[in-house]
Amino acid sequence: MHAGTGIPALAVRDVHKRYGAHEVLKGISLTAQKGDVVSIIGSSGSGKSTFLRCINFLEIPDQGAFQVNGEDVKFRIGHDGKCHPASWRQIERLRTGLGMVFQSFNLWPHMTIVENVIEAPVHVLGVDRKVAVEKAHGLLTKVGLYDKRDAYPAFLSGGQQQRASIARALCMDPSVMLFDEPTSALDPELVSEVLKVIRSLAEEGRTMLLVTHEMKFARDVSTRVLFLHQGQVEEDGPPDQVFGAPMSSRCKEFVGAGSH
Amino acid sequence: MNSVNSILELLSINPPGWGGVLLTGALATLLISMGAYFLGMVLGLFGAFGKLSGFRSIEWLLQLYTTVVRAVPELILIIALYYAGTDGLNRVLALVDLGPLEVNGLLAAVIVLGFVQGAYMTEVLRGAILAIPVGQLEAAKAFGMRPALRFRRVILPALIPNALPGFANLWMGVVKDSALIAVVGYQELALAARMAASNTKQYMVFFLAAAAIYLTITLISNQIFTALEAYYRRGQRALA
Repeated sequence: MHAGTGIPALAVRDVHKRYGAHEVLKGISLTAQKGDVVSIIGSSGSGKSTFLRCINFLEIPDQGAFQVNGEDVKFRIGHDGKCHPASWRQIERLRTGLGMVFQSFNLWPHMTIVENVIEAPVHVLGVDRKVAVEKAHGLLTKVGLYDKRDAYPAFLSGGQQQRASIARALCMDPSVMLFDEPTSALDPELVSEVLKVIRSLAEEGRTMLLVTHEMKFARDVSTRVLFLHQGQVEEDGPPDQVFGAPMSSRCKEFVGAGSH
Repeated sequence: MNSVNSILELLSINPPGWGGVLLTGALATLLISMGAYFLGMVLGLFGAFGKLSGFRSIEWLLQLYTTVVRAVPELILIIALYYAGTDGLNRVLALVDLGPLEVNGLLAAVIVLGFVQGAYMTEVLRGAILAIPVGQLEAAKAFGMRPALRFRRVILPALIPNALPGFANLWMGVVKDSALIAVVGYQELALAARMAASNTKQYMVFFLAAAAIYLTITLISNQIFTALEAYYRRGQRALA
């Protein structure tokens, strides 16, 4: 689909992560071109969330090479023999371009919705408050929460909180959006309103990585699907291939079970 | 003799009434308490983050601090720290050929009580920090916030509502503990009341007056803490 022209938005190679003796990620690679919507699927414990959290270094991988918009992430080997970011400044700067949406929203409860949305643009990027508020109002309108802008998160439904947290991520103008099971903590009737927002972002051509259990949705919106099994990529391809004609038997079993 | 008029005369602000002495004592009590409280808060903040720092030696040292200070009666700690503190200071001064120093009673009281408060504050703040949902910190990290910014914008506002009930208790405690400073001769409210009482032989009047002042301080403080907690919990829903 993409001829590989230009610099990939995200290029990750051979990511390993272990907790004690348990190796959660056994060498995962992924390259996402600008505009790609990559869904990462797999059963619980397959390592898909850990992989996503390694990309913005909420988890520090034991090994791996990362490139964000062509910039290499620098690592050093610590006394423990493990990988550590060489510069937390670099990590912090790169994180501002990787918009994260969490499973449990993680809005800051002491701030109103609009304050949540402008917090990082104002205090991390140094955007003028007025400009940020203006932009936040636009984004909140887009996710259908303009009326709730002055409410505190605890007074919103889960679906509303998740839409607010998407607006919060968008307000940073990220080059890549990371979704970590964005609908898994929601009541079933609230899932569709969040998926609708994510779908509209996919249609805008935003680069996104989406860890999800919503198989039908992943098939609809993705340009590519990764199936992870026990810390390894078992299947990687366009959605029609992964869902329609998977080569791995495990993937066949998984998507078969998921679609019924 | 014990008519209302004579009691009012005894409590009059101007001499020969003792009201002025009591109020000066009350002011000293407030100064000691506030000084010790804020010193304790600073110590507690360092103590709490030290205990959660993951450095074994720091954690061990702080564990010793909080355990000993909270286990030993305050009265003993005050006497020990006050006399040992001034004695130690003067020995050090003698070493560098400086004469003995008269330690300022107010300052000594603040330091000694602040040291005691710090141990309790460490525990209150440690609990308050641990109660912050980890996801809120992860969100702050994921948005590129640096550690100082995370502390100021996310950790602090999140721990304050958790810490306030414990802080309110500690404030009540330090106001009353400040009375123990009387044993080292600093005239705060309790000692002022005792002096007035023994001079006039009107023990009941002056101790009740002192009690009334302590109660007033406490009631006003309660109002302040209630208002603070309402403010810091503004984003939270009421239980049930």
